[in-house]
Amino acid sequence: MSATNIKADGKVNFWAFANPSNFMKLSGALLPWVTAGAVLCLAVGLGWSLFGTPPAFDHGEAVKILFVHVPSAMLAINTYFLMMIASLIGLIRRHPVSHLIAKAAAPIGAGFTIIAIVTGALWGQPGWGTWWVWDARLTSILVMLFFYMGYIAMWNAVEDPVKAAELAAILCLVGSVFAFLSRYAVLFFATLHQGATLSLDQEQNIADVYYVPLLIMIAGFYLLFIALLLIGVRTEIRARRIRAMRLAEA
Amino acid sequence: MAEYFALEGYGIYVWPSYGATALVLAGLIIWALRRNASVRAELAELEARNARRRKDAA
Repeated sequence: MSATNIKADGKVNFWAFANPSNFMKLSGALLPWVTAGAVLCLAVGLGWSLFGTPPAFDHGEAVKILFVHVPSAMLAINTYFLMMIASLIGLIRRHPVSHLIAKAAAPIGAGFTIIAIVTGALWGQPGWGTWWVWDARLTSILVMLFFYMGYIAMWNAVEDPVKAAELAAILCLVGSVFAFLSRYAVLFFATLHQGATLSLDQEQNIADVYYVPLLIMIAGFYLLFIALLLIGVRTEIRARRIRAMRLAEA
Repeated sequence: MAEYFALEGYGIYVWPSYGATALVLAGLIIWALRRNASVRAELAELEARNARRRKDAA
């Protein structure tokens, strides 16, 4: 961290990290640690989930799908929230890195959404007797996937990156309705999907034998997400530099 | 062993779940690393070319 990041009153200037070269420095230092953490958590979590958990009385051995379904569904929705916040900051404060964070997050979020939908279908068949239902939660997460794809397509379709960033950001904000719906649909609508597995303000409604390995898997998924995001933003910053250099040459 | 992998008959749902997860995550990782490598290489080439040009001009 350079001295310019610390203000006279001793407070850290968060906005300094919106500067691309500061971001490159910080992310380069963080990346190996985050990656190592992701590998460790996923290895321990995977072994524990597959070989250290008993069958559940209501789901049988199908309960093992929990350990990939819940973390990917969490990341699917939270990545969209991250994109929403980054897009808002990008639109309001016009920080270049902010839009690039949203851009780099999109394919990762889309990937997690696909995992959540596929594993959900594979759990729905033995659990509910159907692969898919058009209920509020499932439908809104599918629509969210379309917004992820539309967001990625918008960046690719618009030639001018400044304009592409703004249009994609607006599309992202429109789609955020469905990210909120995906998260909270279980509360408002009658749906086949059960309530939240984890929440901060309610009692734990999952037994410890599943809870601990689930938390480790969630940590692994989050760390993997952060590692992929840092790599993606670093790539975008470099791609932006390439574009600037080519424009200067021309 | 075979009994474990059958997972009381739920194996046909559990293993494809883990397989699909591994496939998508591996795809994301490989795509990110490859794009990162190609962009880095392109930037390095551009910077080297600029450095040469500056040297020639001097």
